[in-house]
Amino acid sequence: MNEHSNIEKLGGCSEIPILKERGQREVFCGLTGIIWLHRKIQDAFFLVVGSRTCAHLLQSAAGVMIFAEPRFGTAILEEKDLAGMADAHEELDREVANLLERRPDIKQLFLVGSCPSEVIKLDLSNAAERLSKIYFPKVKVLNFSGSGIETTFTQGEDACLASLVPTLKETDEENLILVGSLPDIVEDQLVELVKELGIKEIAVLPGRDRETMPSISKKSKFILVQPFLTDTTEALEKRGALRINAPFPFGEEGTTLWLRSIKESYGISDDKFEIVTSAPRKRAKLGLEKHRKNLLGKTIFFFPDSQLEIPLARFLSRECGMKLIEVGSPYINRSIVDKDLELIEDMPVISEGQDVDLQLDRCRESNPDITVCGLGLANPLEAEGLTTKWAIELVFTPIHGYEQAQDLAELFVRPLKRKEALFI
Amino acid sequence: MKLSIWTYEGPPHVGAMRVATAMEKLHFVLHAPQGDTYADLLFTMIERGNKRPPVTYTTFQARDLGADTADLFKKACKEAVERFKPEALLVGASCTAELIQDDPGGLADALDLEIPVIPLELPSYQRKENFGTDETFYQIVKALACPQEKTEKFSVNILGPTALGFRHRDDVRELKTILYDLNIDLNIVAPLGAAPSGIKSLTKAHANIMLYPESSELACRWLKENFGMSYTEHTPIGINSTKDFIEELNQIRGVKDSLSDTSRLNFDWWSKSVDSNYFTGKRVFIFGDATHVATASRIAKEEMAFSIVGIGCYNREYARKIRSLAKDLSVDALISDDYLEVEKRIADLQPELILGSQMERHIGKRLGIPCAVISAPFHVQDHPARFSPQVGWEGANVIFDTWVHPLVMGLEEHLLGMFREDFEFNDTAGPSHLSNSKSKSNQEKDIKADDEIIWAPEATKELKKIPFFVRGKAKRNTEKFAFENGHSSITKDLLYEAKAHYAR
Repeated sequence: MNEHSNIEKLGGCSEIPILKERGQREVFCGLTGIIWLHRKIQDAFFLVVGSRTCAHLLQSAAGVMIFAEPRFGTAILEEKDLAGMADAHEELDREVANLLERRPDIKQLFLVGSCPSEVIKLDLSNAAERLSKIYFPKVKVLNFSGSGIETTFTQGEDACLASLVPTLKETDEENLILVGSLPDIVEDQLVELVKELGIKEIAVLPGRDRETMPSISKKSKFILVQPFLTDTTEALEKRGALRINAPFPFGEEGTTLWLRSIKESYGISDDKFEIVTSAPRKRAKLGLEKHRKNLLGKTIFFFPDSQLEIPLARFLSRECGMKLIEVGSPYINRSIVDKDLELIEDMPVISEGQDVDLQLDRCRESNPDITVCGLGLANPLEAEGLTTKWAIELVFTPIHGYEQAQDLAELFVRPLKRKEALFI
Repeated sequence: MKLSIWTYEGPPHVGAMRVATAMEKLHFVLHAPQGDTYADLLFTMIERGNKRPPVTYTTFQARDLGADTADLFKKACKEAVERFKPEALLVGASCTAELIQDDPGGLADALDLEIPVIPLELPSYQRKENFGTDETFYQIVKALACPQEKTEKFSVNILGPTALGFRHRDDVRELKTILYDLNIDLNIVAPLGAAPSGIKSLTKAHANIMLYPESSELACRWLKENFGMSYTEHTPIGINSTKDFIEELNQIRGVKDSLSDTSRLNFDWWSKSVDSNYFTGKRVFIFGDATHVATASRIAKEEMAFSIVGIGCYNREYARKIRSLAKDLSVDALISDDYLEVEKRIADLQPELILGSQMERHIGKRLGIPCAVISAPFHVQDHPARFSPQVGWEGANVIFDTWVHPLVMGLEEHLLGMFREDFEFNDTAGPSHLSNSKSKSNQEKDIKADDEIIWAPEATKELKKIPFFVRGKAKRNTEKFAFENGHSSITKDLLYEAKAHYAR
């Protein structure tokens, strides 16, 4: 399954024990992924079947209501829906009919489960099947759960992509699928680099619309660009695709190792690899150089947020010289982040899950130079004198690949510089 | 099931959080799954709160369902009381926990905590945020208020200010100044800044100021019924409403002619000064929570001499109040929490100014209509650092400035009208004092001919010369006029015939 795991010896933090905590979490639920997915997949609509809380979350987490009519909405369950199940399905059918009539441009409809819909056991896969019969082929109806009782933040994207995998067209062609949604510009850059390595058939999951969703075969290989795609990985492997395991493409080193894993998997020559990567590597190193001095030796504490924490910790410790105190992640799948863990040399606390009050105690105790945390914690911690970085910015900013390496470092430099610059 | 895209109000437990977060030494244990913690950021980001809301979320997961969610809840209560040492504990359930029926009140009771436990019933599938604030504050008052000796001098409580309320912090400060002028003592402000121990002494005051009915009407009524405390019903927003409020307070107190110093009020003269002439008859649409809409309507009509073309509110609890006000104003009331419906109404009415919430600001942006914010929900930019109340004399000054700000000023408007075809000095340029606010009029879309009726080029050109804020309406009226009179194309003459026909 994993072609590299038996070649390299394990090192770094790959065997470090993980502190598992259970308590109050200060993390978004999976519905939040809809905020970027609905822009990424341009002919899709995300219909959350949930409560007013779900609608309010989507609106509030997006920060501003930037879109006239976004391609998401919430079918809000009401008292009468809770009374009888048959009723709820009829109601859903009606709302879907109204929606598709008003939005004829929609080609893919995702019914998204929420905490309340899971608790009342509203069967959305059944509903998706039923609605598909009515609207297919014009509209493909899928379902996934973004509920907070099952998913945290970025796991919503994982669930969404996993729901797409069984619908990917079967071929017998070879291809390489880059998996995970990225800002368009970054996606284009990575695809271009991989193409330059000599790989002809490259696809991206999710495609930008229904037409550009990848096809898949037993000869397909795939590589993750985001670390939170556990279920998607499983679904792709189930369809016979082979995963290329690699560190995640953050920073100069991360991007190089990510590309190198592809190179090795495809038996591409060292010369070719050198030709393709040397110029952007040099640029990335140069860009990082000016930020490194600001981060060197500074301590950092990660609260769990997006599952990007471990790869980012690797980047910050190895490429920026930061000292890791605690790296918290909502969920850790070692088989996905092992390549990053191996490279982390200092031994921070690695924690999974959360008991936010205990974690805040540890954070205050260790008094880090930068604390990476969610928006609910950032201002309170700033008021206590800590310097924070909003974790959500790491999800909403182009940070992958060579050209963004310096931007990624700069995200961590900025709060430090601001603190230095302010004289009040 | 109802499809919703943007919402004016959150669920009722967010209302409960607004009360809990406003208060001191109170903690709220909310039975809820992890995602519900998003609500914290409303307070820490929109209001720039410098501490975490005093809320513990039990964070139950799918695997806990049917097994030990009740134990989780009890554990969370115990730990919260130990850690935060509150004077009282609120317990409640969010929408998901409501479905699993763990009975937070009963569970917390069984813990035999040494502090008062106040259980909340927040029906998430029926009610919304404002209900949550009103109900939560009422339950707190009901649980804690007890008979007290009245203060010697006449004193009042200010009831209603919460966290995330539109300008509540500043309103309280302004109101304190007015009470000082009137020589009235202030007993307690609640919920904002009050501790449970303070709620106990609410009844020391002689009367209550119901500053915002949305969050304090139930409590005010209960205090009247059980402790005979009168309360004011006028919300002191705007000159005349503030005068009426003072009058009402004097009546309750049994004195006459106790006045507040109006030397800092500028609104009245600003509105009488000649530059304000151009406000006369400006067509405004007003939407938001009922209290702010009602007070804004009075300001618009009596103190600005605007012409009100429509009003509405999103909180159904006060639908009757807004309907009767609309009747007095001879306009239609729109009672809706569906922003698409509000947008449609605004597009139909084509007002020159919208007074609304953050949602209407977005609508205004899309329709190219200026908007001033008068009500929650609001954006971080409407929670300013400077003192900017809505209440009282200074509130009136702030309101004048805020409403006038998005408008094109007097002579500027004339010049725009005179030289409409000037390539850089035209109506898409927007007010000159707002450098980046190119008002995005949807003229392209509007001018495009319908399928049935054809606009002659010279009529289209003429239409473009009509001020953008009435252009949409002029177009529709002209087409309606053409249709009713059997014309299939619109000429320049027909345009002016229609104008004469619809002359107001």
